Amino acid sequence: MLHRLRFIPGRILQAIPVAFGVTILVFLMSHLLPGNPAVAILGSHATPAAVAALSKHLGLDQPLWDQYWLFLVHLFQGDLGTSLTYQQPVVGLVFSAVPVTLSLVVYALVLSLIISVPLAGWAATKPSGVRDLAVRAYTLVGQGMPQFWVGIMLILLVAVRLRLFPVSGYGQTPLDHLYYLFLPALTLAISMCPTIIRSLRASTIQVLGSEYVGTARSKGIAGASLFRVHVLRNAAIPTVSIVGVNLGYLVGGSLVIEHVFAIPGLGSLMINAIFARDFPTIQGVALFVALFVVIVGIVTDIVYTLLDPRVDLANTEAVR
Amino acid sequence: MNETPLLSVRNLSLGVQRKGRATTVIVDDISFDVAEGERFGIVGESGSGKSLTLRAIANLLPAGVKVLSGSIAYRGQDLQTMPAKARRGLAGQEIAMIFQEPMTALNPVMRVGEQIAESPRRNLGLSKSAAMDLAIDMMRKTGIADPAHRARAYPHELSGGLRQRIMIAMALSCSPRLLLCDEPTTALDVTVQLQVLRLLEQLCEDTETALVFVTHDLGVVNQTCRELGVMYAGEIVERGRVKDVFADPRHPYTKGLLDSAPDFDQPDRELIAIPGFPPNLADRPDGCPFQPRCSFAVDRCATARPRLAPVLPGREAACFETARIFQGVTA
Amino acid sequence: MTTAPAPTLTPVTAARRPARSRSLRPWYRNGSLVAGIVIVGALILVAIFAPLITPYSPTTQNLTDVLQGPSGAHWLGTDQFGRDVFTRLVWSTRVDLRIGFIAVLIPFVVGSILGGLAGYFGGWLDLIVMRLVDIFFAFPFYVMVIVLVFVLGAGETSIYLAIATVSWVSYAKIVRGEVLVAKQQDYVMAARLGGFSHLRVLARHIGPNVLSQAIIYAMSDIVQDIMAIVTLGYLGLGIAPPTAEWGSMISQGQQFITTQWEQATIPGLAVVVTSLGLSWLGDGLSDLLSPDRRK
Repeated sequence: MLHRLRFIPGRILQAIPVAFGVTILVFLMSHLLPGNPAVAILGSHATPAAVAALSKHLGLDQPLWDQYWLFLVHLFQGDLGTSLTYQQPVVGLVFSAVPVTLSLVVYALVLSLIISVPLAGWAATKPSGVRDLAVRAYTLVGQGMPQFWVGIMLILLVAVRLRLFPVSGYGQTPLDHLYYLFLPALTLAISMCPTIIRSLRASTIQVLGSEYVGTARSKGIAGASLFRVHVLRNAAIPTVSIVGVNLGYLVGGSLVIEHVFAIPGLGSLMINAIFARDFPTIQGVALFVALFVVIVGIVTDIVYTLLDPRVDLANTEAVR
Repeated sequence: MNETPLLSVRNLSLGVQRKGRATTVIVDDISFDVAEGERFGIVGESGSGKSLTLRAIANLLPAGVKVLSGSIAYRGQDLQTMPAKARRGLAGQEIAMIFQEPMTALNPVMRVGEQIAESPRRNLGLSKSAAMDLAIDMMRKTGIADPAHRARAYPHELSGGLRQRIMIAMALSCSPRLLLCDEPTTALDVTVQLQVLRLLEQLCEDTETALVFVTHDLGVVNQTCRELGVMYAGEIVERGRVKDVFADPRHPYTKGLLDSAPDFDQPDRELIAIPGFPPNLADRPDGCPFQPRCSFAVDRCATARPRLAPVLPGREAACFETARIFQGVTA
Repeated sequence: MTTAPAPTLTPVTAARRPARSRSLRPWYRNGSLVAGIVIVGALILVAIFAPLITPYSPTTQNLTDVLQGPSGAHWLGTDQFGRDVFTRLVWSTRVDLRIGFIAVLIPFVVGSILGGLAGYFGGWLDLIVMRLVDIFFAFPFYVMVIVLVFVLGAGETSIYLAIATVSWVSYAKIVRGEVLVAKQQDYVMAARLGGFSHLRVLARHIGPNVLSQAIIYAMSDIVQDIMAIVTLGYLGLGIAPPTAEWGSMISQGQQFITTQWEQATIPGLAVVVTSLGLSWLGDGLSDLLSPDRRK
């Protein structure tokens, strides 16, 4: 098995140009503005002197290549610049926001799995039955609901009307966090589930009809142990790569949801920075999130290899 | 010899019932017995219903196909009326099955040793290590070299012949009394086929396990089985000892099969194919199902259905004209 | 002479299964397609005839009638500027639908061309395009769109540019994949043998077959784009007020969620219905264009 993991170094090597490309893209996004970034930061009422001073300060008068080089050098030193609003290193802001967003994303993922796996299995055992149609109806409608709207609806129904969960905020203790993050995580989960259910349902149906499940039954294996040992692992394989791809969407979605529920994670940091025109912070968060997604891609490939012994990624192109 | 046969199939009919449409009968009123340690072959072309018969015994019918009537008795007990849990208890331990395509019949993400060990663990209550020891032992018995090492392999890492040996090891791991084989050698190379067949015979002799062997290959049946049932369009049309049936068939279809099969001992004999096609099961003709293709048919054959009836000691055929067609041929 | 292997009998399937596949049904029997056409068609009609259906102006403020509940005069009540919510809801259709449909075009064209060329010619072109795809793919959709809209300034053009920059990736992947498969097909090799130039082969032979998958994807992409537009509107980064737009309506409505929950809820339902219609349309099209491929 370890032998099959030998693709990892190559994969990481493959990811490096992508990581560089990400930095270039982030750099370009903020530096190729129409007009002078200094003007954008200071607003259109700024005096020419102030603009000139800020431009010099930000090194904007230098050629683009030099600016990029400077940017990279700072990046490797762990310096993402200083936030214009908080007057603190961006790195620090990002790192204090990361655990929050991470817990939200993981929470959402766990909730999604708790909801999706039983529903998909339920629907798959009697395809075209009533419960299958109900589950498929949910996946259809679920994909059409804007995430932030789902969040607002949950707030309306659960927090305001029923007063079961708080409307917003993050809380103090870890237990508090679980409580406060429930609704936002649920919102994200509701949007993620349709994709997971569709994939898992299809692969479960396929597995249930397979010969090897028949073999297992001929040995007398049935029920929960049949499902656990033979069905689940095989059905999960295609779904894992789909989840891996969708993690990017999950992180993106958490951005907006954090804003809806006033959670102090990367999303709120980014959005507040946007409204405050805080360039370095915007850049820092975008960079961090993109690199995170690249790493998630590698991790997905690893998990996929571990799950399916037939896969040998050193010889074939990575799972896309 | 009044012992209850190990397996007794009586008037079994299988078919598909769709809402609002007529029932399609796939297997029509078949009966046969299998004694302890017997080796019974079921021969027929694709679509004759032989695989489904096996699956009905193993309780593995595909979705939509049901037992329409009849009984399947194991050691005297009707499998269908017994409680589901009891029937499941028989699976693996008393009744085991091997399948045609070992690549798809083995779980691709589980090591083969574990798959073999699964049955004794569950059915014999062995501990994990005891079951694995048994599995390795079974692998050795099926002629797999270096079994302790091979047990850790995954199915896709093994050749077809090895995979089939794994299936055999898996099926025989709990020493079942009845082994159902659904064309186990069809997907193998010819040279490997012979090895696997010999292995099966050997193992079943040693443990006195009864075999029900489904195939379309007459050569295989000749090699491995002692008793034989010939199926056509869901019915058994002839039954008897293999050697006798091959030497002296008593049903036009059986004769047709033998005539169309190449014979090593008679390389220059012309092969005569059976004209026509098997009937559409949704649209069964009245009368004998083979009648449209039978060169010996008379008027009665188109209107009345012949039943399996004794024609010789230990032999039955479902044909009205069997005496006339085959008279003069010494038994 | 030669010993034949053990005989195999003529394999004939006993029962012929009826050869009725979904594609052979006439289009009007395809449930999804019909439902999709009806809903999307209705929405388009509503958008076109908005001025005729709604008695009020969507933007004129009327500060005497602020925050009224649903009534005979105002079916869905009024917002905090006294504007009729129903009117705004209907007029939003114009904005969201139009932008959604237009926003798909550039990524579709750009992505398909790049993906097609990459798949067909392979080599370093393929390598470059795929690396670009990886880089753009690393950015979550919303992160990119939000940052780009911010960078480019609010407004319709920015939305088109931002979405185009992010979405082309999926089309490139799909078309490249299809072209890679199509390249191996006999009809392509026959065309090349016949002396047709690369361009002609791509355009006349491979193109039509390959684009159907891209078109099907485009349908679900429109839904995603509408989601993005609505989300941008919610965040205040989309179409500038006072233009009526579902996202900004929800954002406004959120302030009054305890008293007038319809303001935040109903526009969201409008989005759901629109997405449903488009999804059905997409499913129906998928059945029509490639019936042998089930997702």
